[in-house]
Amino acid sequence: MNVLVCVKQIPDPNAPGKLDPQTKRLVREGVDLVLDPGDEHGVEAGLQLVEKDAGEVTVISMGPPKAVDAIRRALAMGANRGILITDPALENSDAISTARAIAAAIKDLTYDVIICGTESTDGSSGAMPAQLAELLGLPLLSFAKKLEVSQGKAVIDRQTDDGYDVVEAQLPAVVTVTGGINEARYPALRGIMQAKNKDVKQVGLSEIGLDGQAGKAALTQEVVEATPAEARKAGEVVEDKGEGAKRVADFLRALKVI
Amino acid sequence: MPGVWVFAETVDGVPKPVVLELLTKARSLGDAAAIALGPGASKSAATLGQYGAKKVYVHEDPAFRDVLATPAVDVLARLVETEQPDLLIFGMTYDGRDVASRLSARLGTALIANATDVTRKDGGWAIVSPMFGGSLLVTTVPKTKGPTLVLVRPKAVAAEPAGSAGAPEVQTLTDPVDSSKPVARVLRRETEKASGPKLEDATIIVSGGRGLGAPENFKMLDELAAELGAAVGASRAVVDAGWKPYSFQIGQTGKTVKPTVYIALGISGAMQHTVGMKGARTIIAINKDPEAPIFKLADLGVVGDVHKIVPQLIQEVRSRKGK
Repeated sequence: MNVLVCVKQIPDPNAPGKLDPQTKRLVREGVDLVLDPGDEHGVEAGLQLVEKDAGEVTVISMGPPKAVDAIRRALAMGANRGILITDPALENSDAISTARAIAAAIKDLTYDVIICGTESTDGSSGAMPAQLAELLGLPLLSFAKKLEVSQGKAVIDRQTDDGYDVVEAQLPAVVTVTGGINEARYPALRGIMQAKNKDVKQVGLSEIGLDGQAGKAALTQEVVEATPAEARKAGEVVEDKGEGAKRVADFLRALKVI
Repeated sequence: MPGVWVFAETVDGVPKPVVLELLTKARSLGDAAAIALGPGASKSAATLGQYGAKKVYVHEDPAFRDVLATPAVDVLARLVETEQPDLLIFGMTYDGRDVASRLSARLGTALIANATDVTRKDGGWAIVSPMFGGSLLVTTVPKTKGPTLVLVRPKAVAAEPAGSAGAPEVQTLTDPVDSSKPVARVLRRETEKASGPKLEDATIIVSGGRGLGAPENFKMLDELAAELGAAVGASRAVVDAGWKPYSFQIGQTGKTVKPTVYIALGISGAMQHTVGMKGARTIIAINKDPEAPIFKLADLGVVGDVHKIVPQLIQEVRSRKGK
């Protein structure tokens, strides 16, 4: 069983995000960059598949050269090798360019399952995995909160509005996982040491045959305006000194809901 | 008038609520049409017409219900080629997202997600989406030829029937569904029933976060909700930890709600969560951390221990209801 896991490096989601007022792009300078927490669940899901059944986990990412740190984190968790697609022409890419670049970079690899998070924590469009599946002509098992792979098939529990659907596809397939699928492991010290020696291949657009077909050359959209949303007016904040519950009940009564 | 299409998700011939919201928006932008796929699709045409669809394309093949995304993408791609609509609007739902994303890769056209508004600008489209949990609104314009695809968040638009809508023209599609490609097939559906009103429809929501400390502490939320006739919701942290099923989750990856009163208990107010609830008319928050971001949104915030305050609140509500 060979598993590919797509990961993204993002600004620390616990720090408030900022847009550059000039370029309307996410400010990445002076912000801690981390492996997207959603992708840790993808790496974990991949590791669990190969631990049950022999095989290897390859981690793939697109980003600036320092995105290699996110790949190293996945390698420290136990993934076997990494691929980083990095090219100045890919800066500020749309999701579709990311999907194109990943599809091109994995063209010659053999894999059974491609795992992605359902959406990145920073961009949160969630479009890339389905676009990747479409470009590769593969089925997409999306929003998985449970994944089982056996006998050439993958079966997931797919979240729905009022429960879940059990959905099946032949391999190879693309799977997106939710945070509920597993508890992602912390890298052990030994894993961190080993990760330093694991192979991370860096490729640019020309090496994957996409010169002029992804990134800046193929933007599908442009952010033209960014304005602060009308903020909710913060109300009163009181400290509970035994009267807190009464205050809330008074408030509910004033709203005529009790 | 530009052609504006709505991907009309239906269940047994009944359009999902978000579809009526999308049609309300679509008819203000151009000639609205709807595409309803799956068994019972034709039954939905009358309702879709009431909300502004002048034309409804229907295809009743069970594959649209039983196979994820790909059959819908095939039929949409064919229709787009022949009919050349200018804009396709999808709900930001599980299926809407899969279908729109695959279709954008198939057509090579712009897909703009998380939208809360779509407007005309200089003869094209300008799409507004919230960022950073809704603290910033960005306007995006498409740069591609061909139809623009937009994923609109549920509850971004209030659904209103069109005043003077006649019966829509219905075009029944019968082209065969391609069964040669590998697909993701639904084997069975499981529902996780919650008692009380549905989250999407509830007037009052009592919602719990990691600050509750342990899954069994949701019992007091259930109790409070029962007293108030409220629905119970949860933050992603709680759902990821397995304390509550996903169907309870409110936020970016969960449900968007707009109740009259939202009571956040032990919820810090991460952007992931607030984007799904900041449309509530009134927000009440109880949290032990005075720095919790939820207090910046709350109309009434109480800094204190939920384990102590909630049982007291249940008593307070009970005694006042008696009066």
